[in-house]
Parts: sequence; C-alpha cells; structure tokens
Amino acid sequence: MKKAFAVLLPLVALLALASLVIGPADIGPIAALKALVAGGDGPLPLVMREIRLPRMLLAILIGGSLGLAGAAMQGYLRNPLAEPGLIGISGSAALGAVISIQTGLSAAFALALPLMALAGAVGAVLLLVLLAGPRGGSLTLILAGIAVSAMASALTSLVLNLSPSPYAAGEIVFWMMGSLADRSMVHVWLAAPFMAAGALLLARTGRGLDALTLGEDAAGAMGVHLTRLRLALVLGTACVVGAGTAVAGAIGFVGLVVPHLLRPVVGARPSALLWTSAAGGAALLLAADIAVRVVMPDRDLKLGVVTALVGAPLFLHLIWKTKGEQA
Amino acid sequence: MRSARAFLAALCLGVPAAAQAQDAAPRRVVSINLCTDQLAMMLAAPGQLHSVSMLATDPRSSAMVEEAQAYDINHALAEEVWLMQPDLVLAGQYSSLAAVAMLRRLGVRVAQIAPANSLEEVRDHIAEVGTLLHREAKAEALTAQFDADLAALRAPAGDARPRAALYYANGYTTGDQTLAGQILAAAGFANVAAEAGFPYGGPMPLELLAMAEPDALITSRAYPGGSRSEEILEHPVVERLRDAVPGAIMSDADWICGTPKVLGAMKKLTDMRERMRPAQ
Repeated sequence: MKKAFAVLLPLVALLALASLVIGPADIGPIAALKALVAGGDGPLPLVMREIRLPRMLLAILIGGSLGLAGAAMQGYLRNPLAEPGLIGISGSAALGAVISIQTGLSAAFALALPLMALAGAVGAVLLLVLLAGPRGGSLTLILAGIAVSAMASALTSLVLNLSPSPYAAGEIVFWMMGSLADRSMVHVWLAAPFMAAGALLLARTGRGLDALTLGEDAAGAMGVHLTRLRLALVLGTACVVGAGTAVAGAIGFVGLVVPHLLRPVVGARPSALLWTSAAGGAALLLAADIAVRVVMPDRDLKLGVVTALVGAPLFLHLIWKTKGEQA
Repeated sequence: MRSARAFLAALCLGVPAAAQAQDAAPRRVVSINLCTDQLAMMLAAPGQLHSVSMLATDPRSSAMVEEAQAYDINHALAEEVWLMQPDLVLAGQYSSLAAVAMLRRLGVRVAQIAPANSLEEVRDHIAEVGTLLHREAKAEALTAQFDADLAALRAPAGDARPRAALYYANGYTTGDQTLAGQILAAAGFANVAAEAGFPYGGPMPLELLAMAEPDALITSRAYPGGSRSEEILEHPVVERLRDAVPGAIMSDADWICGTPKVLGAMKKLTDMRERMRPAQ
C-alpha cells in the first residue's frame, strides 16, 4: 500500500501541475505559476486563480471521490462491477441537480444544488442496496443499476425538455457526460464540504469492509455493526458522488477502472484499496481532463467521453472474466 | 376532416396536391421560421400572410411580437401547415428539414431562405422574400430605407475602434463572418473573437476571453428558467470584466434575424461607443 502511494501521490502532484500550465490561452508555464502564487496585474492572475486552479482542484476532488466511492461500493457489494456512474448513482445525482437548477432553487439558495444532488444520490444508493444488497449477485446489481440509470436519465431529459430556457435541452450532454470547463472557486467551495464529510464516512468503513470479505456472519461475529456499515456506505457514497455530480455532471467509469487496476497492487483488502483508489481516481481524472484540453482544445470535449473510452473496454473485459468464472 | 383525409391520401400515394402556378402572387402564405416570419410580416400584402411560427410571438427571440398577434400561429409541423392549405411556405435553410421535405413531397411549394451572415445579405433576403411574395416595390422601399438608416448609423472610418467581445451562454462567441459580428463591425467595434481565432464564432474558452482584455463586453439576456449554460455569464471572471468595462446586456431579438431590425441593435452599440469616447 505504501508502495502504491509512493507512485500515486507524485503522479497526482505532477498531473496537477500539468493541469495548471495547460490551457487554451498561450501562457508560459513559469509565468503561469508565478501569477498563480504571487498575483500581479493584468488578466493572468485571474485566469490562473479563477479558472485553472478550480479546474485542477475539482479534478482531484471529483476523481478522488469517484475512486473512493467505487472501491467502497465494490468492497461492500463484493462485486467488481459496482461503480457509481454505471449503476445510476451519478445519474440520479444529476437528476437532483437539474431539478434544483430548473426550479430556481439553486439560484435562491446556493447549497440547494449539492443538497438536491445528494438527495438524488441517496435515493439511488438506497434503492440499489435494497435491490441488490450484500447477498444479491452481479446480475441483480447490474440490472437494478441499468433500471435506475435509465429512469434517472429519462427524467433528467424530461425536466430539461420542459424547461423554458432554450439552452436546457443542450445541457443533457453535460449532465450525462460531465465537464470541468469554466468552473469557478464557487463550485469548489460548494462541493468540497460534502466530499469531505462523505470521505470521512467512507474512511471509517475500511475495517468493516475487510471483515465482510469473510462473509456477513463472520463479520457480525467479529463485532462489525452491519446496519451502521451500510448507513455509512450509503451516505458516504451519496455525499461524495452527489457533490461531484452537482458541479461537474456525471462522469462514469472512474470508480470502475481505478479499483480494478489497483487491486493487484495493494492486495484484495478493501480497506487498503479505499485510499489508494482515491489517489488513483484523482490521477485518472486529472489525466482525462488534460487529455480533453490537449486532444481537442477548441471542441469542449466532454470528460465522460474520455473516461468511457478508457472504462468501457475494461467493463467488457470484466464481464468476460465473470462469465468465465461462472462457466 | 376532408383535408385531413387528403393529407393522408397524399402522404400514402405520394400524389402531389395541385401546385399553385408559380407566376401568380401567392395568396395564402405560411411561414415556419422566425426570420422568414419577420420578413414576411414586413413585406406581405394585407391578407396574403396566413400564419407565422410560434417563435415570432416570443419576445425573447422575436422583434415583431405585436405584429405577430395578427396571424395564426404554427409550430413548424408538416401536418398543421398542410392543413392550413398554403400556396407558399417560407422556411429557413437549416430548420424543420423534415417538415420541409414532407411538405414538398405533398406538392406544397416551399421556399427556403438561408440565415443572413452579413448586412449585405439582409438586403438580398428582403429582395428574395419580396420576389416570392410578388411585392417587389415594397421590398425596394424597405431596402432603400434600410440603406439610408444604415448609412446614418455606420461609424466614421477614421474613428478609434474599441475591442468588443460578444459572449453568450455556454461561452459561445460570434466572429466577424456572422451577422452579429457584422453588426458589431459596422457600429465601429473590433471583434475580440476574430483576434482569438474564431472568425465564425464558437465556444470560446473563458480564459481566452480574460486574456483578450476587451474594451467592451456584450452578453445575452438571461432566459427564464435556470440553466447551467447561462451560468458562465455569472462566472467571477466575466463579472469582474463586466464591472471593469462598459458592458451592454443586449436583447437577443434584434440580433437574431437578418431584417432591418438589426439596425436597432446597431443603434445601441453606436450609442455605447459614443459613451466610451471621453474615456479614451
């Protein structure tokens, strides 16, 4: 686990630095970093502090959240296919966020945006845990996830299509694919407290998740309070995923890819996987966000497109493997 | 009922309905595009125009809301337009393509008008719609008035040209090769989008806008109903820019269509440039 961190943390730092110096405006890296730290006249400090810094911070926070939530859900459901985006949690959070924007709630009360996204996410996680709880198989989980996902995206589209704003329908893409373009520090402050609370909740599930690998009865015998574990997981996941989705849309596959890649490195202990996955998620999302800026700088490519291009083949591979095991 | 049956029959059999002879003036015109709506309302003879599209009655997009009240409203759907039994349908080049294709298949005469990308094309389109409606004299009078008003508003060539940015929802900007860009240029502004490499416009990253440091900022008016797309206009960078430079929130209606109404937009810009003069 220490070895994984020794690689991941410098990687995150390096990518964060790259994220700060890469952008559509042609600014030298030294000048950019100097303006970020020291300020100065002209538009440069503004660009660095109000556009690039929040973008970098959100990539770390959201990537970390998704990695963490993915690892926790996979540990709890003992299923490598559990992922917040794939099973409809992000989509439901997006629905909550869209409702808060379209009803004007978020304009009247800024916290309504993350709170409504949180509510959407809680609803989805509860539904999934009820439908496919610890005893349910992969198939039940994926089917329940597909149903929740489809419902959430249909309702999101419905709300946006009913909106009087002519831009609303075009926003469907943002909510389904996610983007970090042109976010501000306001969004960071809006999301960060919820993510911190959720991360704390999820961090405390580590021991319980480890015990759960031995089965529920064994975990119970070891003194793990299963109801409390479930509650922490539901609320924690909803907090981190809801807050991230509220400000950047639904970004899929991060929580699937990262734990999968890191599991061989840290071993099968869920508690060890939690924080390494958070670091890995941050690295992956930073890299994806750099990619959308480098590959198509003038197209506003959505972040979820990149993560899906990386994640979907892996998902297929996982299904293939699961099929092999069952046969 | 009978016309509905005829609609079905024509649809199934592909039999063209009796097409009006093209050399007679159309007597029942239906327009299904916001811009042709407005040109038709300006040019048509009394009773000649039967229906305009719903957008023509929306004050956020239409500069002729009151005039539009006098007409039936359509939603640019083939079925309702067919049932109105028009002898000429005016449509946009790129909108409601399925409806246009179906109406043509049913034998209705449909004229498609391209969106105007310059003030010169505004004149062309007035003439084009005038010819279609057999109202050439009216079109010529309108063009003459447009030319005279434009000449009076156009900025003198020697004046300083402040650099302005057009910035809309989703960070969209419009460049020199668009109607909005041409209005801006004729009013005596240089367009920041062209400098930044967007001759036709497109989504301009916020940091390019900030780095360009425009002298004036022109943003669109917010629509009702919250939207994430318009949130960018409240980004701290845009707000700071708006505080620092004379910004003008412009109603979109005058800017959207290539009609003489664009002079209203130009007038506001010219006034803004006049106000900026002492500061220079």
